[in-house]
Amino acid sequence: MIYADNAATTKTSRTAIDAMLPYFDTVWGNPSGLYAFAQQAKEALEDARARVARCLGCDAREVTFTSGGSESDNQAILSAAKAGAAKGKKHIISTAFEHHAVLHTLKKLESEGFEVTLLDVHENGLVTPQQVADAIRGDTALVTVMYANNEIGTVQPIREIGKVCREKGVPFHTDAVQAVGHIPVNVREDNVDYLSLSAHKFHGPRGVGVLVARKGMRLYNLIEGGAQERGKRAGTENLPAIMGMTAALEEAVRNLDANAAKVGAMRDRLIEGLSAIPHCVLNGDAAKRLPGNVNFCFEGIEGESLLLLLDDKGVAASSGSACTSGSLDPSHVLLAIGRPHEIAHGSLRLTLCEENTPEEVETIIEAVRDVVSYLRSISPVWRDLVSGKTPFVIP
Amino acid sequence: MALYSEKVMDHFRNPRNVGVIEDADGVGEVGNAKCGDIMKIYLKIADGVITDVKFETFGCGSAIASSSMATEMIKGKPLSEALTLTNKAVTEALDGLPAHKLHCSVLAEEAIKAAVKDYYDRNGIEYDPKQFPDCGSCAHCCV
Repeated sequence: MIYADNAATTKTSRTAIDAMLPYFDTVWGNPSGLYAFAQQAKEALEDARARVARCLGCDAREVTFTSGGSESDNQAILSAAKAGAAKGKKHIISTAFEHHAVLHTLKKLESEGFEVTLLDVHENGLVTPQQVADAIRGDTALVTVMYANNEIGTVQPIREIGKVCREKGVPFHTDAVQAVGHIPVNVREDNVDYLSLSAHKFHGPRGVGVLVARKGMRLYNLIEGGAQERGKRAGTENLPAIMGMTAALEEAVRNLDANAAKVGAMRDRLIEGLSAIPHCVLNGDAAKRLPGNVNFCFEGIEGESLLLLLDDKGVAASSGSACTSGSLDPSHVLLAIGRPHEIAHGSLRLTLCEENTPEEVETIIEAVRDVVSYLRSISPVWRDLVSGKTPFVIP
Repeated sequence: MALYSEKVMDHFRNPRNVGVIEDADGVGEVGNAKCGDIMKIYLKIADGVITDVKFETFGCGSAIASSSMATEMIKGKPLSEALTLTNKAVTEALDGLPAHKLHCSVLAEEAIKAAVKDYYDRNGIEYDPKQFPDCGSCAHCCV
């Protein structure tokens, strides 16, 4: 199998697994215990916190371990909202193409009387610092903008947006789930107040992540019941997962430049190869995108059948078509960048990592070309386009 | 468990009766590209019997498989029998579809009815309009 769905999850690395194992059956005490055996676990936990903080450019006290990106997003946004509401501020700024962990949390806040402004992300999938500056009001409690989009991979000008927020005194959260370990992320230099990340996007294990909340930023509990994580997140710490995440993060940060160069070159070749297919379009800015992200729409076909036939050819990928989501609406990300429904249904996301090879990229290009061509040959939509009965949307 | 039954995958991977009949006696197209599914059925009819049938489909795996199965089920059958084909029968013949994909089998049923209606209209044959529900919107198929 050629695995090209690394934005969905990554293979847990050997480094991460090796880092986890001792914490299942050697140092397996509860870090809350007072005896020496438990304190060994506590030391490992705090060592991991310091190492994660070093990778992210923040203070260890600013790192809270969570169950992953969704929990971190929820806690950051709900905390900032509650802190804002206490000062009479009930306005939140975000973008139209955030992950649902953000959008659904904002929907919930809307039902509780908050006003949410979702910024337009334009056809290139980018927001500008000026848009954020223009949207900030006296009662703005939070700005939350994702670092990099999970579907189309576009990388936002986070540092500049953070600067705008800092100048206006508005807390700034970024969902950095797709960015951390793939592009340089530094909490301090990026002017970020809250940051979410998830370990399994950079070869760490599932079910563990981080919420960074800078000094002075309030955190309110989602989970009550214990004094773990300075009382901000109850539940016995998942130490094996935390140790695996920490090792994976260090490895990703250490190899970041080399991986980005290798993966970026494969991405560019993949984009070049797929662009030769007629009537297709790359989704998201070609330059300001994650090293491993490729996302195309092919006119006249539907994404789910594309994925199933690619699977038959040994390629694992994903799509923003409605049929892959269980609803009638295609990806909100593709709609947000202005793709019409019928075009968004024919989308394909291929996300690479450093374990992919240039040979695999060539195989993918050939497989996609064959499958798109076959599906078009049985598509009444394609027939109408080719015969001129309906005009092409994608030139 | 796999997403689809083996039968669905077989009809998806090797669809029967795929293509176009240039001199078709009846053509039916249902669905909406906006919803992600369009089915087009071409019928060749002689003495009230479907002598040939072809389809083209834009859609997901279950839409393609439903079209393929439905065309197999009506080929060589009298129109009166083809009109009794239900989405339930198509679904059962495919060994089931996931709940959120049942609308694909509804489209297959309606595409066939639309093609028969087109044949009746072209030839001035009278029929009961109630036999031909209007597939104008995808909303009713949506789960």
